[in-house]
Amino acid sequence: MIRRGTFKVTGIAGALALGAGLASPALAQGWEPQKPVTLIIPAGTGGGADQMARFIQGVVQKHNLMKQPLIVINKGGGAGAEGFLEMKASAADPHKIAITLSNLFTTPLGTGSPFNWKDMKPVSMLALDQFVLWTNSEKPYKTTKDYIDAVKAGEDRQFKMGGTGSKQEDQIVTAAIEQQTGGKKFTYVPYAGGGQVAVQLVGNHVDSTVNNPIEAVAQWRAGQLRPLCIFDAQRSSYTAKVTEKEAWSDIPTCKDSGLPVEYQMLRGIFTTKNATPAQVNFYVDLMKKVMATPDWKEFMEKGAFNQTFMSGPDFEKWLTSAEAQHADLMKKAGFLATQ
Amino acid sequence: MEELNALFGGFAVALSAYHVLLMVIGITLGVIIGVLPGLGGANGVAILLPLTFTMSPTSAIILLTSIYWGALFGGAITSILFNIPGEPWSVATTFDGHPMAQKGKADEALVGAFTSSFVGAIFAVCLITFLAPVVAKFALRFGPAEFFAVQFLTFASFIGMGRGSAWKTVASMCLGFALASVGLDNVTGTLRMTFGQDELLNGFKFLVAVIGLFGIGEILSSMEDGLKFNGAAAKLRMDAVIRTWKQLPKMTMTFLRSCIVGCWMGITPGGATPASFMGYGIAKRLSKRGDNFGKGELEGVVAPETAAHAAGTAALLPMLTLGIPGSPTAAVLLGGLLIWGLQPGPLLFVEQKDFVWGLIASMYLGNVVGLIMVLTCVPLFAAILRVPFSIIAPAIVFVCAIGAYTVNNAMFDVWMMLVFGVLGYLFNKLRYPLPPLVLALVLGDQAESSFRQAMLVSQGHVGVFWSNWLCGGIMTLGLVMAFWPAFQALRAKLAGNGAVARPA
Repeated sequence: MIRRGTFKVTGIAGALALGAGLASPALAQGWEPQKPVTLIIPAGTGGGADQMARFIQGVVQKHNLMKQPLIVINKGGGAGAEGFLEMKASAADPHKIAITLSNLFTTPLGTGSPFNWKDMKPVSMLALDQFVLWTNSEKPYKTTKDYIDAVKAGEDRQFKMGGTGSKQEDQIVTAAIEQQTGGKKFTYVPYAGGGQVAVQLVGNHVDSTVNNPIEAVAQWRAGQLRPLCIFDAQRSSYTAKVTEKEAWSDIPTCKDSGLPVEYQMLRGIFTTKNATPAQVNFYVDLMKKVMATPDWKEFMEKGAFNQTFMSGPDFEKWLTSAEAQHADLMKKAGFLATQ
Repeated sequence: MEELNALFGGFAVALSAYHVLLMVIGITLGVIIGVLPGLGGANGVAILLPLTFTMSPTSAIILLTSIYWGALFGGAITSILFNIPGEPWSVATTFDGHPMAQKGKADEALVGAFTSSFVGAIFAVCLITFLAPVVAKFALRFGPAEFFAVQFLTFASFIGMGRGSAWKTVASMCLGFALASVGLDNVTGTLRMTFGQDELLNGFKFLVAVIGLFGIGEILSSMEDGLKFNGAAAKLRMDAVIRTWKQLPKMTMTFLRSCIVGCWMGITPGGATPASFMGYGIAKRLSKRGDNFGKGELEGVVAPETAAHAAGTAALLPMLTLGIPGSPTAAVLLGGLLIWGLQPGPLLFVEQKDFVWGLIASMYLGNVVGLIMVLTCVPLFAAILRVPFSIIAPAIVFVCAIGAYTVNNAMFDVWMMLVFGVLGYLFNKLRYPLPPLVLALVLGDQAESSFRQAMLVSQGHVGVFWSNWLCGGIMTLGLVMAFWPAFQALRAKLAGNGAVARPA
């Protein structure tokens, strides 16, 4: 029923655009928040999504991009289910937006919490967060091949992979790598946060991690960690030197290094399900304004994010395929709640 | 003495009128945040973080760390006056702080708490100033097994604290463990004991439980006792500071032990809350006046407050040098550093000298400013007890409800708070101790995670806890602590038998 309602609104907007020509942009820009907008973070304080949300809040405030204030709230219970369920329950309130991470797909699949990204309205993709295979620089593994060969030659579960959370992105990447190690599994050790994971690797308590760039860059620069490969189709586009010798762009892709695994994490914005096209457009424009600031560009470079912007049908198409990819990876790894 | 030069450079940065003003503002806000239960330091810092984006990083961190100091100071106020811990790390302060207030010695308890907070913080800052690189390296040795060893030691040092039946302590602790296990299981990523209820996804938040068990439970007990606060009639005397300070030199060893425990827990990173419990437990065990703990002993306020503040301060060290936050507030500050364009980690001390030493200097100054501010307000705080019960009690319930709501922005938590309030009242009536429940609730899931991570790493061999001297040493110490009461009882019995035997 609800879906048909949304379709009807789109239909009317389309008819207006056809009939009145210029009326459509006026309609699209016609909505503005009437009260403070709440930005829900389906994760705890201090993590990657939290940092980005608070950064957006700071940029909106500093550059005065919205008349109403933007309020940031953490709702990270049940691997983010708490925040997503609140978005689902407030379908009629367009003054709520949420920032997402991979738990948008992994939480409903892994815990069986009753929600789906289709219970919200996609606004835009802000960026894709990268994953890098790291080892301790004291270890003899200079390349991806060295490391994967060592895993293949070792005992099953001899090598320990540290990661954030369980049945979430880090463990999914680990499961994908395990398909390329000739049947040898890692012992996956789940920790509470990415910063802690990087430090555990420096202390040699695990053998490797798939930390996001921003989580391990400090230890890389200090010469404690070594990046082996990046789980993207292309090398990173950031060519500025991060360490004395290397830039993000110097890290080879895993595919070229003989480990054909690709994975990236969505950083996107959603609003509530019944939002009108005008309301969605307001948030798309707001995010475009945020992304046009120099502060944003600096933030992207620090975390070596893949700067891909998407909204509308492109974004929905991307979400559909990403959901299928997660369902497939999690099914192969045996992480589904129904398994 | 390179550090000293750098530190004096830092003082030059931090001592500008603008920065001192920021400290005063930050500490005032922090004390308010600390007094309001639920609105913890982490929330306060997170709310104000976006405001600081337009400031220079040094000014911003001075403002935000001042809020942190203020919250550390402020948490003690409601613990002592109303038995309501404003912050998780002030739970242990209520054990002796509130009985002191009931005896009419609220002012002494407050001065004791503030002073020991200050001592703990300064000790930890000195440690950061001179030993940062060494200490940071030490923290790297902590894997899952070592973490579990430390958590085990916390539980062990706490056993035997209740004066009642040991079985009641165990029952209370087990209830705490059961409550801690509700919600998402971090190791397997599945939901536990939520019974399909969305409200239970978050589990039982420590703060909601504590506000209910202590705050609401205390109000219910007070109502039964005749609608007034004990100790309200105490005379207000202005010499509280001097009176209390005269008693403190006797407690040098307690100060020292708590400082060491606190720094250790802050760095590893266990955090301020376990540090305060451990500080209290060890002082009770080793102090000459340990038997009086729980009845209103100044030393019982000094021990947890020193440890909590030392840990809270030392928690900033792993954040700066390793990029891992030692406390939730440090986690938010860490996000702030990234946004200001600073990369915490091993190179921060090399590349951002001005910022780091400005921050360290502001730690000294912030605590001095904070101590002066809160000490001058002691008579004011103590005077709150003179407000009639019929006015203040509804106000407390109101503030508690807001606090419980703020933890997760959920109405469900307010109802939970009331249920915990009734539970707290029943615990008091039936003489079950509350502290073991609270300790299990706050440390239970962390200890469980560490234990299971260690088991994953070792493929199920318990021997991993004795695989190196660090971990094995802590575990052995923990076992000794755990069985010490039993051992002492046995020795007393044997000695008793001997004494009986000799005359015969």
